[in-house]
Amino acid sequence: MSTLALEVTALNKAFGGLKVTQGVSLSVRPGERRLIIGPNGAGKTTLFNQISGDLRPNSGRIRLFGEDVTALSPYQRAHRGLSRTYQIITLFGGDTLEHNVTLGLLGLLPSRWQMWRPLSTYRHLVTEARRTLDSVGLLHLAHHSVSELAYGEKRRLELAMALAQKPRVLLLDEPLAGLSNSERATVKALVASISKDTTVVMIEHDMDTALDLAETVTLLNYGRVIVDGERDQVIADERTREVYLGG
Amino acid sequence: MKWIALALFAAVALLLPFVAGDFYVNLASQIFIAAIFALSLNLLVGFGGMTSLGHASYLGVAAYLSALMTTRYGFGHGAAALISILGTVAMAAFFGLIALRATGLGFLMITLALSQVLWGLAYRMSGITNGDNGIAGLTRPAPFGISLESPAAFYWFSLLAAIIAFVMMTIFVSSAFGSSLKGVRDQPRRMAALGFNPWMIRWITFVYAGFWGGIAGLLYVYYNKYIHPTSLSTTSSAEALLGVIAGGSGTLAGPAVGATLVLLLKNYASAYVERWNMLLGLVFLFIVLVMPTGIVPGLQKLASRLWRRPS
Amino acid sequence: MQFWIIQGLNSLSLGGLLFLLSSGFSLIFGLMRLANLTHGAFFMLGTYFGAIALRDYSGLNLWVTAIGAGIIVAALGGLFERLVLTRLKTNPLGQVLVTLGMAFIISDACLVLWGGDSIPVPTPHNLQAPTRLFGFVFPTYRLVLVAIAIATAIGLYILIDRTRLGAMIRAGVDDRQMARAVGIPVSRLFTIVFCLGAGIAGAAGVLGGPILSAYPGLDADMLPLALIVVILGGIGSLFGAFIGSFIIGFIYTFGTVLFPELAYIILFLPMIFVIAFRPQGLFGRLGT
Repeated sequence: MSTLALEVTALNKAFGGLKVTQGVSLSVRPGERRLIIGPNGAGKTTLFNQISGDLRPNSGRIRLFGEDVTALSPYQRAHRGLSRTYQIITLFGGDTLEHNVTLGLLGLLPSRWQMWRPLSTYRHLVTEARRTLDSVGLLHLAHHSVSELAYGEKRRLELAMALAQKPRVLLLDEPLAGLSNSERATVKALVASISKDTTVVMIEHDMDTALDLAETVTLLNYGRVIVDGERDQVIADERTREVYLGG
Repeated sequence: MKWIALALFAAVALLLPFVAGDFYVNLASQIFIAAIFALSLNLLVGFGGMTSLGHASYLGVAAYLSALMTTRYGFGHGAAALISILGTVAMAAFFGLIALRATGLGFLMITLALSQVLWGLAYRMSGITNGDNGIAGLTRPAPFGISLESPAAFYWFSLLAAIIAFVMMTIFVSSAFGSSLKGVRDQPRRMAALGFNPWMIRWITFVYAGFWGGIAGLLYVYYNKYIHPTSLSTTSSAEALLGVIAGGSGTLAGPAVGATLVLLLKNYASAYVERWNMLLGLVFLFIVLVMPTGIVPGLQKLASRLWRRPS
Repeated sequence: MQFWIIQGLNSLSLGGLLFLLSSGFSLIFGLMRLANLTHGAFFMLGTYFGAIALRDYSGLNLWVTAIGAGIIVAALGGLFERLVLTRLKTNPLGQVLVTLGMAFIISDACLVLWGGDSIPVPTPHNLQAPTRLFGFVFPTYRLVLVAIAIATAIGLYILIDRTRLGAMIRAGVDDRQMARAVGIPVSRLFTIVFCLGAGIAGAAGVLGGPILSAYPGLDADMLPLALIVVILGGIGSLFGAFIGSFIIGFIYTFGTVLFPELAYIILFLPMIFVIAFRPQGLFGRLGT
C-alpha cells in the first residue's frame, strides 16, 4: 500500500457549543482529484483551515504523506508541500502581479531571510514567476498592480501563487466562486491542466463544472462526512439526494 | 534635476556648521537623532504593522546604560557603547517575546505597559539611576581621538550616523526580508500559508528596531550629556510615534520629516508657550483627524496630481 | 499580626480602587474594541474635581462630590466620543492615538489650572475614626472603599446580566455586525458605554483622593495599573478585571512594603507570566 497524500483521522472541532467538524476522516491518494461538497455551513472551509493549520482541531490527526502534521504551524506545512487558496481573496493589493507570485516562490526558499538584496533582483525567481503567470494567462499584466485586476483575474492570480510553489497537495477553496461563464471555463481548464504530481482537494459549489474535474467526492453536512467515494457512486447515492433536495 | 537637488541638499547639510550659529547647528543634531529614532520606530509601525507605544524603552535604556557604564562603573566610551547596545538588543529580544504574543491593540498595550515598568524603575531605583535628579556630568566620546565637544563636530558625527541609519534601514525594508515583512503586515495568514513564519519575521524586526532605537539613545545621551527618566516616558514614545504618523508611516522619508517637525514644534513650544504636552495632544488629534496618512504621502499625491495636469 | 492585617486591608482597598478604574476600561474595550488611553486622565480629572470642590466649598461632602465628578467626567467623555471617536470608526489605530492625545491635553490642562503641587482630598469626618474589629484597628475609609467597589461590581453585574441595556451590550460585544443587523443602536450604545466607563473612572478618582491625593502625573501612574489589570484578567472581561484588580492590589501593596525598590518590577511579573502562558488573560475569551 502506498502512502496517502493526505490522511485525516477522526477530526473534531467545536466553537463553543457549535460542533463544526465531527469525526471527519478522509484518505486522499497521491495524484487524486478530490471534490468536497456540501450545503452552506457544512464545515468545508473549517475543515480546510484545519488541514492548512490556520485552525487547531480539538482532536484527531492530520497526516501529509504519512507524516503527522497536526501540531505544525501553517508555514511548516507549507514547507512540507501543502499549498492553498482562499475563498475570500487575500492578495497583496498594492503590489504587482509579478511581486505577488515572486513572494509566493520566496516563501519556500532560504533567501526569504535575506536582509540586503531586493526581491526584484532575484532574476531566476522573477523568471519563474513570469512563467507561472503565463501559464494562467496573466503575463501581459505582470507589472500591473493587483488592485487594477478584475475579479476573475484575481482568482487566477490566487491560483498562480499556489501553483508557483509546485505543491504536493493543493487545497482549492471555491476557485470558481463569483466567476462568469467564460472565466469558469478558463479556470476549469487551468485546474484540469495541473500536473498529476500535485494532489488536488477542492471545495466547490458549482457542481456542473467541478464534477468534471473530480475523481472522488466527499459530501459533508453539519460537520460530518455523509458519503465518500468514487464520483459517480456519490452522485448516485440516496443520501446525496437527501442532503441536496432536503428529502 | 533630482540629482542636482540632492547634491544641493548634501552641500547644505555638510556646510551648515560654517554658515549657521551654534543654536541651529545643535538643533540640527537633535533632528538627526530624532530622525534615527523615528525611522527605527517606523520599521515596526509602518513596515511591520506593529504599533508600539513603548519605543522610548530602547532609547532610554541605551542612554542609561551608557551613562551608568561611564560614570558608575568606570568603563571607557567604546566598551560602554558596546555594552549599551548589546544590553538594549537583549532587552528588545525579551520584550519582543512578550509583546508579540499579541497583535494589534494587545501589542500596543503590552509595549506601553513594559515601557512604563522601565520608566517607573528609572524613577524609583534611585540608588542606581539617581531617580528624579537624573544622571548629569556625562562626557561625549572621542572616536579616533576626535573630540565631539564642539557643536560642529557633534553635528557631523550625528549626520554621519543618520546617513548610515537611513541607508541601512532602507536596505532592510527593500530586501527580500523586507518584502516578507510587508506581506506579513498586510496578509499574515496568507504569508503563513506561503511558507513564511510571521512570528519570527515580526520578532526579528522588533529586535532590529530596538537596535536602532538604542543607537538613537546613545547619540541622545552624548548630545545632552545628561539623562533623566522622562526620556523613558510615554510622552517620549508618543513624540516618536507622532513623528512617524505625521510624516507618513511606511514611507522611507516620512518619519524623518515628521520627526523634524515634531522637534521644531517642541523647541518652539517649550521656548515660548511652555505647554508642550497640550500641544502634542492637539497635534495628535489634528493629524489623526485631518491627515491620517501623513504629510509626505499627502504631498506626494499633490505633487503627482500637479505633475500630470500639464500633460 | 497587626501589620499583615492592615497591609491586607490596604491591598483590598487598592484592589477596589483599581477595579473602579479598570472596569470602565474593560467595558469600553470589550464593546468598542478601543484601548482608551484617556482612562487614567479621566481618573485624575475626577480626583482634581474632588480636591478642588472639597477645598473651596465647605458644604459638600465626598459622596456628593464623587457623583458630581462622575457625571461631569461622563459628560466630557460623551462629548469626546461623539465629536472625535465616532469620526474614526474605520480607523482603530487612529482612535487609540486620539485617546492618547486627549490624555496629554487633559493632563497638561490640570497642570495649568491647578498647579504642580499635590492637593489633598480630606477623608470624610465621620469616617476618620478607626474601626475596631476582632481586636484590630482598621482605617474606616478603606473599609468603606472596599464595600463600594464590591457594590459597584454587583451593580455592573446586574446591569450587564439582567437589564435590557446589558443584553444589548452583550450582543454588541459578541458580534457587532449581528447586533446591528437585529436593530440594536450600536452607535448610541458606544456612547452610553463610553460615558459609563468615563463616569466610573471620574467618580473613582474622587473616592481614591483621600488615599492618593491629586497631583500631576497621577494619570500616568494609574493608566499602567489599569492596563496590567485588564491584560492580567483578560481584556473585556469584567470578572477578570475584578480578580485582576485584587491580585494587583495585593502584589503592589506588599511589594512596596517588603521590597520597595523592586515593587514596580514585581507588579509586572504576573502580567508577563499570563501573557506568556495564557495570552488571552486569566478570564478572557479567545479571539478578543
